[in-house]
Parts: sequence; structure tokens; C-alpha cells
Amino acid sequence: MAEHPLHKYLRMEVMPHVFCPGCGAGIVANCFLRAVYELGYEDLSKFAFCSGIGCAAWIPSPFFKADSLHIMHGRSIPAAMGIKLMKPELKVVVFGGDGDIAGIGGNHLLHAARRNLEILVIMVNNMVYGMTGGQVAPTTPFGAYTTTTPYGNIEYPIKAAEVVATAGASYVARWTVYHTRRLINSIKKALNTEGFSFIEVVSTCFTSYGRRMGFKSPAEMIVWLKENSIPISEYKKNPEKYAGKIPVGEIECTPREGYVKRVWKMIHELSAKSS
Amino acid sequence: MDKRLLIGKHFWLGDVACAEGAIAAGCNFFAGYPITPASEIAERMAKRLPEVGGVFVQMEDELASISAVIGASWAGAKAMTATSGPGFSLMQEGIGYAYMTETPCVIVNVMRVGPSTGQATKGAQGDVMQARWGTHGDHMGVTLCPNSAQEMFDYTIKAFNIAEMLRIPVILLSDGVIGHIMEPVTVPDRVEIVERKKPSQGDTMFFGLEDVAPMPEFGEGFNVLVTGSTHNERGIRHTTDPEVHRRMINAIVRKVLKRRDEVTFVEKYRFGEGVDVAFISYGCTSRAVYEAVRILEGKGVDVSFLRLITMWPFPDELTRELGECAKVIIVPEMNLGQVSNEVKKYVCPSKVYGLHRIGGGEIPRPGEIAKFALEVLKSG
Ligand SMILES: Cc1ncc(C[n+]2csc(CCOP(=O)(O)OP(=O)(O)O)c2C)c(N)n1
Ligand code: SF4
Ligand SMILES: [Mg+2]
Repeated sequence: MAEHPLHKYLRMEVMPHVFCPGCGAGIVANCFLRAVYELGYEDLSKFAFCSGIGCAAWIPSPFFKADSLHIMHGRSIPAAMGIKLMKPELKVVVFGGDGDIAGIGGNHLLHAARRNLEILVIMVNNMVYGMTGGQVAPTTPFGAYTTTTPYGNIEYPIKAAEVVATAGASYVARWTVYHTRRLINSIKKALNTEGFSFIEVVSTCFTSYGRRMGFKSPAEMIVWLKENSIPISEYKKNPEKYAGKIPVGEIECTPREGYVKRVWKMIHELSAKSS
Repeated sequence: MDKRLLIGKHFWLGDVACAEGAIAAGCNFFAGYPITPASEIAERMAKRLPEVGGVFVQMEDELASISAVIGASWAGAKAMTATSGPGFSLMQEGIGYAYMTETPCVIVNVMRVGPSTGQATKGAQGDVMQARWGTHGDHMGVTLCPNSAQEMFDYTIKAFNIAEMLRIPVILLSDGVIGHIMEPVTVPDRVEIVERKKPSQGDTMFFGLEDVAPMPEFGEGFNVLVTGSTHNERGIRHTTDPEVHRRMINAIVRKVLKRRDEVTFVEKYRFGEGVDVAFISYGCTSRAVYEAVRILEGKGVDVSFLRLITMWPFPDELTRELGECAKVIIVPEMNLGQVSNEVKKYVCPSKVYGLHRIGGGEIPRPGEIAKFALEVLKSG
């Protein structure tokens, strides 16, 4: 039997994976590896992965056959910065949940975007703290019932992709796990855009979120994502009419010189001067 | 290499000597966040590191600083950060991660008066226990306490060498007085540098070996899995198996204790002789003790002195030996007894007297220390 074309990127000895049935994390992993495959990479040796704590953070560690740093909750972006600064030739990719990236690690996200740090961050936004059992997250919709908002969420969710675009990132997009083909294309583009790239993928967590929100199955959640998302261009025409919908598409695509390149330019200029 | 080693005599701030020691040791990555009295280390690094081909970054906070240091270390760097109490507290989770993942790095804490923002511009010695037990869980590391600008240079080099040799975070525990002192520092024309053990092609065991596992670098093709969760020798997570956890933690503790002699540095004066008073001290306070010893000897009192340069692992055997030969042991320090209480674990507690001074960056004066010793002798 022929091997699946993506197996070469996976650490098959740690399978089966640990995600719940119907978890969007598997779809995101699949889309990322397809993007890598379509870009023609034979293996992941040109990549380094970094992730914090949470279900989404387990996508690269341990499943990708690659170097990966599975660091503290929220600290994947600064750790990725350390790697990228020392090894600019590697493509450094961060995977993380909405809590990890936009909650506890939100400050790092802002500053990485501001610096235009040359890494790709894929934020799997399941609108909840999945791993810890479904507590409210900074991305949870207003009114939603979670284990720590038993009377409904009285906070508003952060629009992470828009915030990151404003902070100065080169490439920003939002998709859902329904939009697999567009997500794959977006990842391919992000990997080849100079500067900080950020892709928010609205995802499904049936176990810790969907069940409590009244969904009957993970599949029903995906149908909901399909029906409730709307192209960004359309959304922008009438944000009030589309309030509560998920605007999907590219939000920013302006390749610009990144931070690591500027750091090394300075170092090379200084050493040329002194020799 | 010459630009890394500014051979000759200098008149340097303790913090500057620390930065120069790091550069001499081969440091090529620094990430930090400004804080008194450690900022001068970052400022010196910002200027000097790019000149020698290294990377300096000022991060958004200390959580980011320690994380960037860890990332850089796995990308092959000799990496360091420098801070003071509040920042040291923020770094604790990252320091624990470095123990668990066996990531070599150097963390400098130039101690100031706490808790909280306390007296930010005043030196203190209140973080001795935080350096040992600040992070959660069982672990073993090395903490060094310099007491001069020269030692800031010398022991920063040692800190890097120990970090590389043992694959641990090493803490250089300085204080606001030593960080801000201006003193002559001699930079020798050669310094001994230790490099980390690298794996050979085909190696797969990168963690939890008592003889210190080889450390691959990202981008070298080893597909290394680094995780702060309990993992086996190959980096694979085992988050419920008690045996794997015991085996791995025992290994990261034993790898340090096995080579304890190589990381224990002390200064001894009349050590092992029968005396009336023995002092144990460290950092800036130890400099007042030198003078107190002279005052007491002038009054005909027999005195010995053990200065701790290595604070952790605690020099317990030396403390025990010292205790056996002295009528009383006096521990002057700028906290409410962090080291004097430790000493009581190894010496009959009724023999141990702490001379505690906190606030205002005041070091107990030599005259006070001598007077305290005489009173203790009289009452004892
Ligand atoms: C400092 C710290 N605080 C809290 C936790 C507990 N914790 C583990 S995962 C997690 C939330 C993860 O949520 P998210 O990042 O959205 O990932 P998901 O599991 O939803 O994919 C929390 C709070 C931790 N590991 N570390
Ligand atoms: S708890 Fe939710 S996010 Fe975590 S694996 Fe299960 S479905 Fe996925
Ligand atoms: Mg989540």
C-alpha cells in the first residue's frame, strides 16, 4: 500500500494522536502539512516549531517530525524569536490556542507584530480554554455559556486578527476549519511573505465548548462555521448588518523588511566597520 | 576573539564587569528588560554584543526575556539575561522550564530591597532562597555570589562554563552594592571556556542522563522534541507514568550533585583551626566581614571565615567542618536569616547567630559585626 504523502512529515511512532473526535486541531495540522507538501518541501528540516500549552499547542509537539520547542503557556512567540534570531535561515512556525496566543501571551503577540518578526503564528481559535475543560477565553462570544461563565459571558471577544494587523504585521488572515482549501493557500502565502504572518483559524472544540452551546455533533459545528462566516470584503460593507458573523479572508498582505533582518544588517555593518 | 577579550586593567562598574565576563565566555545572545540595579548590564551588552557578532534584544518583559533566552539556547547560543527581584520573580516559570528541559543559560539577579518594588535603588540579599526554590517542583541548580567587580567578571565566565557543562540555568546572584561598585578589574589574555557536548549522527537520547546528555541544536536534523512536561530520554512526553518522572528528575538532580566539587567555590580564612568565632558570609556583606575579622584579631579573638561564592548547592560539608571547630558561628547578611537558617541544618543551631540587616541598602558595618561577635561570645 502506498504511503500517505503527508506521513513523511509525521512522527508515526507517537500515533495515535490525542485530539478528541471532531477536534479542529487535526484539520489545521492537515492543512499546514498540505501547504508544506504543495510548496515542495521533502521534509521539515528547514522548519523549527514552537508552541505553548493547550490542545492546539500539541499540533507540532510531538506529532511533527521536526525540531520543536514546547514551552510555557503563552511564551511560544518570544521563544520563537530567540530561535529565529540565532537561526534566521529556518522557517519558524508557532502553533497555539486562542488562550495561549491572544490571552496569556497576548502582549508578546502585539510586540512580535510591531517588530514585524519573521515568523508565522497559527492561532487555533476554538473560542475557549479547551485543554483545561472549557473555561471562558478572551475569544469567547458574548453571552456564551462556559464552565466559568455559568450565567453567560459578559465580556466581548477580541478580534485578534484585526488587532495584529493594526500592530504592524506583514500578513494577516482569518479562516475557519471549514475553509480548508483557502487555509492551505493562505499558509503557503504566509510562509513566503517577508515579515510577521498571523493566521487565525476559527475551530471546533465539541468536547469543551460545542456540547455546552447546544451543538449535537462536531459536524454540526462545522456547518455552523460555514453558515456564519462571511468574506471580509462583504463584512466591511455593512459591519452592523453582519455583527456576530465571522469575517474570513486576508486582512493584510504587505511584505516588509522584518526585525531579524534589521538586527543582522546592523551586526554585519558593525563588524565590517571594525575589520 | 580579541574584541571579545579586552585584555588589560580597567576601572569598571560591577555590572559592566559582568557583561564583559559574559562576552569573554562566548555569550552571543542577550535578552532583557530594564530594571535597577541591573540595567547597566543590558546597556553594556547592547553596545558590545553587536560589535562581536552577537545579538542583543530588549524584550517586552521578563517573561519574554527568559523565553527568548531559552529559544536562543536551543538554536545554539550561549544566552543570558539580567534582572533584579521583580523580574527574577517573573522569570521563575521559565527557569523551571530550563531545569526540566536541560537548557543551558545564565540568569543574573542583581538583588535589591524587596518584596515587591520595596526600595528599588537599594542593594539587598533577600533573594537567596528564591534562587534555590523560586520555581515550582524538584530541581537542582548552581548559584554563584560574587563580592567584587573582579568577581563579577570571573564568575560570570564560570557561570557560562557550568551552564554548558551541566546543561542547567546558572544563577549569578549579585547585589545592588556589587553591581554598582566601581573597581579595578583585570582581564587576562586567556580565559578557559567550556563548550556544550554535542550529539553524534544517529544519537537519539538527549535528556535525563546523569552524565549530562548531548544537546543537539535546532536546524541540525536531529528532530529534537523539547518539552517542559515530563519526558523520557528521547523527549517523548509521559505525563502520567510515575517511574519516568522519578527517573528523569533524579537524573537532573544527580547530574549536578555528582560534579558538586567542580562547582563549589569558597574563600577560607583559618579554616579548620580551633577558634572562638567563625563567620559565614557572602556578596557585599562579606566585605565588611574581612574588616570585622581584623578588628577582632586586634582584640585577641581567634576568628575563622568561610565566604560562600557558591551558594547553591549549599556547601554543607564545609559548613559542618567549620562548625566543629568554632565556639560560635555568626552569619551577617542583608535579609532576615535566609542563610543563617540554612547553616542551622548543618551545625548545632544554638551555636549559630544571624546578624540581620534589611532596608536602605545598608551593609552591617565592620565595627557592628565585631561588637556583635564580642557580645555573643560573652553571653555564650
Ligand atoms: C501559567 C499557566 N497558567 C495556566 C495553565 C493551565 N492551562 C493549560 S492549557 C490552558 C488553556 C489553553 O487554552 P488555549 O490556549 O485556547 O488552547 P486550547 O486547549 O483551547 O487549544 C491553561 C489555562 C498553565 N499551563 N500555565
Ligand atoms: S478538548 Fe477541544 S480543543 Fe482539546 S482536543 Fe478535545 S476537542 Fe480539541
Ligand atoms: Mg482555545
